[in-house]
Amino acid sequence: MGLLDQKFENSNVIVTSMDSLLNWARLSSMWGMQFGLACCAIEMMATGASHYDTDRFGIFFRGTPRQSDVMIVAGTVTLKMASRIKTLYDQMSEPRYVLSMGSCANCGGPYWEHGYHVLKGVDRIIPVDVYVPGCPPRPEALIEGLMKLQEKIRSESLAKKKSA
Amino acid sequence: MIPQEICDALKAKFPDVIKETKIEGVFDPYVKVAPEKVKDIAQFLRDDDTLAFDSLMCLSGIDYTGGKFGVVYHLHSIKWNHKITLKVEATLENMHCQSVESIWKTANWHEREAFDMYGIIFDGHTDLRRILMPYDWEGHPLRKDYKVPEYYNGMKVPY
Amino acid sequence: MQTTLVQEEVDSRPVTVPGFSRPLRSHEMVINMGPQHPSTHGVLRLELIVDGEIVVDAIPHIGYLHRCFEKHAEYMTNYQQVIPYCDRMDYVAAMNAEFGYVVACEKLLKIKVPDRVEYIRVIMAEFQRIASHLIAIGTYGMDIGAFTPFLFCMRDREAILDIYEQTCGARLLYNYMWIGGLSHDVPADFSEKVKRFCKMFRGTINELNDLLSYNKIFVERTANVGVLPGDVAINCGASGPVLRGSGVKFDVRKNDPYSVYDKLDFEIPVGKGLKGVVGDCWDRYMVRVHEMEQSLNIIEQAVDTLPPGDVQSAIPKRIRPDASEVYVRTETPKGEIGYYVVADGTASPYRVKVRPPCFVNLSVLPAMVRGSMIADVVAVLGSIDIVLGEVDR
Repeated sequence: MGLLDQKFENSNVIVTSMDSLLNWARLSSMWGMQFGLACCAIEMMATGASHYDTDRFGIFFRGTPRQSDVMIVAGTVTLKMASRIKTLYDQMSEPRYVLSMGSCANCGGPYWEHGYHVLKGVDRIIPVDVYVPGCPPRPEALIEGLMKLQEKIRSESLAKKKSA
Repeated sequence: MIPQEICDALKAKFPDVIKETKIEGVFDPYVKVAPEKVKDIAQFLRDDDTLAFDSLMCLSGIDYTGGKFGVVYHLHSIKWNHKITLKVEATLENMHCQSVESIWKTANWHEREAFDMYGIIFDGHTDLRRILMPYDWEGHPLRKDYKVPEYYNGMKVPY
Repeated sequence: MQTTLVQEEVDSRPVTVPGFSRPLRSHEMVINMGPQHPSTHGVLRLELIVDGEIVVDAIPHIGYLHRCFEKHAEYMTNYQQVIPYCDRMDYVAAMNAEFGYVVACEKLLKIKVPDRVEYIRVIMAEFQRIASHLIAIGTYGMDIGAFTPFLFCMRDREAILDIYEQTCGARLLYNYMWIGGLSHDVPADFSEKVKRFCKMFRGTINELNDLLSYNKIFVERTANVGVLPGDVAINCGASGPVLRGSGVKFDVRKNDPYSVYDKLDFEIPVGKGLKGVVGDCWDRYMVRVHEMEQSLNIIEQAVDTLPPGDVQSAIPKRIRPDASEVYVRTETPKGEIGYYVVADGTASPYRVKVRPPCFVNLSVLPAMVRGSMIADVVAVLGSIDIVLGEVDR
């Protein structure tokens, strides 16, 4: 179908490792959680919409954490919101990834000094895989971040680590 | 109506409640009134046909430092297109002020915000809760002497 | 969608329903909507009290994006540094948010701004109005169930962002309007680009009308829903398309003009109740569509009269206003934004209070949804067009 159409000689058998097959499947369908917090969410929307179109990477946004693989924390995390983000993260099924988009989610951004109600970095409550800097990051930067995440997934392995 | 006429009308109606009026030398002419009479004055300003202040543009709390607080009401009349500012002072000993929520519904959330940020208590408000900060937050963050807490629910607050 | 159900016992008599072996009792139920919900346009939490499918009451809980704007404004080392925070307050219409702040500061400092600056500001603000309304309309369509208009709207918005990017280098948050001037002059082929966009965009509005505005399904979902009478709107302090949708002809640009709006010719669209009652969701939506047309008129006039000059000649070397205070309001796409700036004679503001349009418009929501269906809450919420950054600041 499509790319692979009529490319094989006789039978439909491919030999590959389990790791590369699963990683390939995971990285080509990273469903993001439709979850905007602040300014970066508008850039995230723009990335998902017609001009930048993340659908071509297999990334599209779902309304619920149960169906999503990637949580894009787009915007300022406040103390009132922090516990909800933790809950949402816990609701996501494994394997799950977190992309911190924008300076606010990375470290508090412009609110780091006097923001009495701003959590200085979402990594204080949930583990983060990729940080995308910018205030707000351009859609290109977000796509770069998503591709970095794809690289990370590509290098993962299901095999048990040998005990040292 | 020009601001002078509005002040005169208020002075004629409430002779001993008006503390101070200032029209010259300020951008927005204001009338300073007693906090326990705000509601009557607001009612008069809205219902009098020549004044008809039908919209409350803004209600702000303010900390003048030294234990003095204030509430500032910016009023506008869509009917006559004139404006006036009301000012009320509160002190740390007596943080009470009358609510104008029943007169302009706009005041509902604005008064909650002033309560949240400065701790000004609006008597007669139907639902005076915190609005922006979490319900279990301690202190009123926009006061000038506010100290940011070290931890909130196990999360470190300062950078 | 995060939905938790809490059953609340209410005093009600059991009702015998055919087909059920025992009498049934009705309960009022509390439904929690948000803060993570695709149609709350951010992090708003609504506590809906419902009786079956009918909404008895809606209680908004806000503050999930409270970023302490007013504290930051007090702690900045000068007036100029507050502008980026104004941008981040209303991030969908950053130009309009900073416009209000610089007008307030210029009034405090008693600065007369060159005409060229004023006209460029007006062009930028009106472009931003179109961009903001495009997002509002696109996401509103998505709330109602139409996905395609969103893609069309975002496509046209990118054309506006290109013009911004060429002018000041930023797509979303600009820090473009400075106190007394602008950060950059417009590029050489600016007016040509603007005119090309205006010509293109008029056709797009027709396309949008065909696709969404007069679409049978869309009209059914929005007409006669969430009706807000004009007098209630005024008393609640609603502004912008929410107020004008209720048939009240009030616009700060006309009724309390600032900048050069009094020299420009434009109309104020109001809701007429073409598809239902005056003040329903469809009216509020349609006011936005007509406002985009009027913004195009303003842009074309302003570009034609754009006077020459230096955009940074009036920027003061030292911004230190005398102890005084000012309240200035301007019209953003969401409504009237007010800045109450108190100066104490130092280099930084003593107090900046913002009267956010969405904050006030959102407080009207319970009055609009009482008695309607649960699905209508989404339609009403979308028609108010809130930005949580501004509601919570």
